[in-house]
Amino acid sequence: MGTLSIGVFSSLVGSMNLDFAIRLAQTAINKGHTVNLWLSGNATTLSKDKQKEFKDYSHLDKILRDLMGKGLSVVSCEACNQSRGIQKEDLIGGINRASMDLYLANSAQSDRVLHIGVE
Amino acid sequence: MGELKNKIMFVVQRPPYKSEDPKLALTHALSSGVTSIHIDEEIVPTVAFIGDGVLNCIKDQKSMEAYGITSNERHIKNMLATDTKTLVCKEDIERLGIKEDRLIDASDMGAEMTIKVVPFNEILKEMEANDHLMFF
Repeated sequence: MGTLSIGVFSSLVGSMNLDFAIRLAQTAINKGHTVNLWLSGNATTLSKDKQKEFKDYSHLDKILRDLMGKGLSVVSCEACNQSRGIQKEDLIGGINRASMDLYLANSAQSDRVLHIGVE
Repeated sequence: MGELKNKIMFVVQRPPYKSEDPKLALTHALSSGVTSIHIDEEIVPTVAFIGDGVLNCIKDQKSMEAYGITSNERHIKNMLATDTKTLVCKEDIERLGIKEDRLIDASDMGAEMTIKVVPFNEILKEMEANDHLMFF
């Protein structure tokens, strides 16, 4: 089994990139792979707790929690969070905060890296 | 630093300030220098500017005065000062009428590394030589 690092920079609402990334992570985990998810830029909006589900918008809270329960490692960029007013206590439980050097280190040690950068 | 090396290339396609992407590309590239706190492996970054992303490389940016934020020029100068290979697409600066003497240099910081203007074909070759690609 391999290790996959996924870096996402697109917002939860207004782009389908996070939807794709989470579903890819789900598939990989279900196949037994290890997955690291890095949230940076507007993608840090996914890390926010207490997201309300509306049928008009992407809602990944439930699937994300389910995947973390199966071993998905989620790290959100601390500076990106802070600049958006998202404090540590606002995060979904189990999501860690760090700076980008951790993402690069994880990428260097992964079998595959999927970096979804441009929004 | 460990003995192993991992090459990561950061490709910047977006113009400065209209998007967060170029800034994030530069900060990610700069953070390569501290990954040794996590792994016993050296990450060697290369940064390439293509398309409208080449606009990030014009010197004398006044973002602090205009927007109250640090300039991408400052980050690029820090990259050059830390010997990061930095490439700019020749075809794109020509398309936008940017002369090479308008590109950022960090000689005032003692940097020996300069921005290298290369044909897109060379950027493609550099992509093939890297372990990972990150498009911003």
